[in-house]
Amino acid sequence: MNFEAFLQNLSNGISLGSLYALIAIGYTMVYGILRLINFAHGDLVMLGSYVAFYGVAMFMLPWWLAFPLAILVTAGVGIVIERSAYKPLRDFPRINLFTAAVAVSFLLENLGIVIFGGRPKAFERPAFMDQMLNLGGVSIVSYTPIIIITALVLFGLLLLVIYRTKAGMAMRALSKDIEATGLMGVNTDKIIMFAFMLGSALAAAGGILWAIKFPQINPLMGVMPGLKAFIAAVLGGIGNVGGAMIGGFLLGIVEIMIVAFFPELSGYRDAFAYAILILLLLFRPTGIMGEVQAEKV
Amino acid sequence: MRLSRNTILTLIALLVIAGLLALAQAFMNPYLLRILNLCAVYSIFAVTFNLIFGYTGQFSLGHAGFAAVGAYVAALLTLSPSQKISNFFLKPIVPLLANVELPFLPALIIGGIVASLVGSLIAWPALRLRGDYLAIATLGFSEIIRILLVNMQPITNGALGLKGIPAYTNLLWSWGALAVCLFVTKRLVDSSYGRAMRAVRDDEVAAEALGVNLFKHKMMAFAVSAFFVGVAGGLMANLISTIDPKVFIFTLTYQIVGITVMGGMGSLTGSVIAASLYTIFLELLRPIESQFTIGSLTVPGIPGMRMVIFSILLLVVILFYRKGLMGTREFSWDWVVNLIRRLKSGKKTGSSGEVKS
Repeated sequence: MNFEAFLQNLSNGISLGSLYALIAIGYTMVYGILRLINFAHGDLVMLGSYVAFYGVAMFMLPWWLAFPLAILVTAGVGIVIERSAYKPLRDFPRINLFTAAVAVSFLLENLGIVIFGGRPKAFERPAFMDQMLNLGGVSIVSYTPIIIITALVLFGLLLLVIYRTKAGMAMRALSKDIEATGLMGVNTDKIIMFAFMLGSALAAAGGILWAIKFPQINPLMGVMPGLKAFIAAVLGGIGNVGGAMIGGFLLGIVEIMIVAFFPELSGYRDAFAYAILILLLLFRPTGIMGEVQAEKV
Repeated sequence: MRLSRNTILTLIALLVIAGLLALAQAFMNPYLLRILNLCAVYSIFAVTFNLIFGYTGQFSLGHAGFAAVGAYVAALLTLSPSQKISNFFLKPIVPLLANVELPFLPALIIGGIVASLVGSLIAWPALRLRGDYLAIATLGFSEIIRILLVNMQPITNGALGLKGIPAYTNLLWSWGALAVCLFVTKRLVDSSYGRAMRAVRDDEVAAEALGVNLFKHKMMAFAVSAFFVGVAGGLMANLISTIDPKVFIFTLTYQIVGITVMGGMGSLTGSVIAASLYTIFLELLRPIESQFTIGSLTVPGIPGMRMVIFSILLLVVILFYRKGLMGTREFSWDWVVNLIRRLKSGKKTGSSGEVKS
């Protein structure tokens, strides 16, 4: 492989990785606080891209209006899900919460089929995202840097929220101990809702960017990115926002590079993600950035 | 040997059920038969998940993978050599498997054993993990199995799947397998092993301190559970007669978890009831998805509506019957006898106008 092709693959890997990272953050925030693997998260990715699609294609909104609107709508749906399906089960065995997440996931997917139709739709990129750029001899399509830059900006904003605001501090406290945080005067319900809102908004942003990169959307499109992002979250150490970003980039780059270097293994592309996941779990169960927690007896 | 009342009642019930199933097999149409068979297959799935999670507390999401192994082994062993040739037209099948054709029973059992081996092989490293991490790892293994099935074309025919698998599965096979599965599981969970398993579930540290070998008991639950999942997979393959790797995607595992939770964690009766209700219910809703007419009005079918209703129902059960339909209760003859007695005495008091609680 020559250097140019390598750079092309690298940029491709980074943009895929930034999408995984965006989606992984939602998983990790919810897990960090509620210890819930929110399997419905991937379907919010689908929802976000569909709302954006309909905003542009049906309501003729310009993209700069349709995309933020889609993020808002998805964030709202995230809040509704948390309030109606997860909150009542918070004090019950975790399998109930998990099953609720599975049920919500099935519900979103099949509502998607009912409302949007099962046939894939062609997502139209805004024109300026479709130009060929020539960066120092490497030609890439303009959406690749746009995806990466958008993701980085969103990460920056998120880190600001988490580390520089009161709500972010409360979120970090919640992930240590929900009850004690409540006793310190934090409105835990509100903060959990806020975390869901942030996670869902990022999932929607990830979904729109995903549709820009792979412009075919269908009601089950969220399943694979969701699962991959979940793996990325575990790789980085589930419950750790910085870890989710690192895990996402790592997974995206490794996936693209393995296929680039060993094209004959492309059929096993998805298997690599799982193999890395399992190996990591066996040798460092808490992930790259996860904290080792002492066992309570 | 004197048989207790309960044993006699069980034997009578088994005979009656077997007779009814034989009648059903003879007179029901293939569509209804298929639904009844699927009830048994899903019941086995749910019962085995209950063994591994409800009784032993190990959150394993590997069911789809184990079922896939059992289904492919049974399918490859029962396919006739000529069918194999027409199936494997892209790449010829490996010579070792090309001419094998076994009767159903050995094929099922071999499928179960291979699934059990695979399950143990997965559990061996994965059981170092606990809780959610175990769930993630087993889910990963299950998906790896599926990807291997897609890619190992000379053995599995890849994404094309296998067609024309002989339809050996009938009610006696499927419900017979369920009966064996229930019997073995019940005996296991009531034995000293089962008590150890429940100790592991409730508190691993305490169980270990009391001398329970954690690894051994978890492994046992995995191996037994994977065996029956494999058998159920084989039954399924020989029932629907066409399988491909997509059938065994991880959402199958989610469905099994949903069914088991609906039935009640730790209730085998609940698993069977929930699995049967789930299968029958989804079939009853099938008309919604195809076009139908009311008078002069033509209502177009709504694809996906069945699963929407199912997922709402699942949510309702989880939100309002938090222990599932049965909780941890089981069907027992004592309960039936007591119920009959109560009904009798209730009638007596009812006739004299008194109501006793």
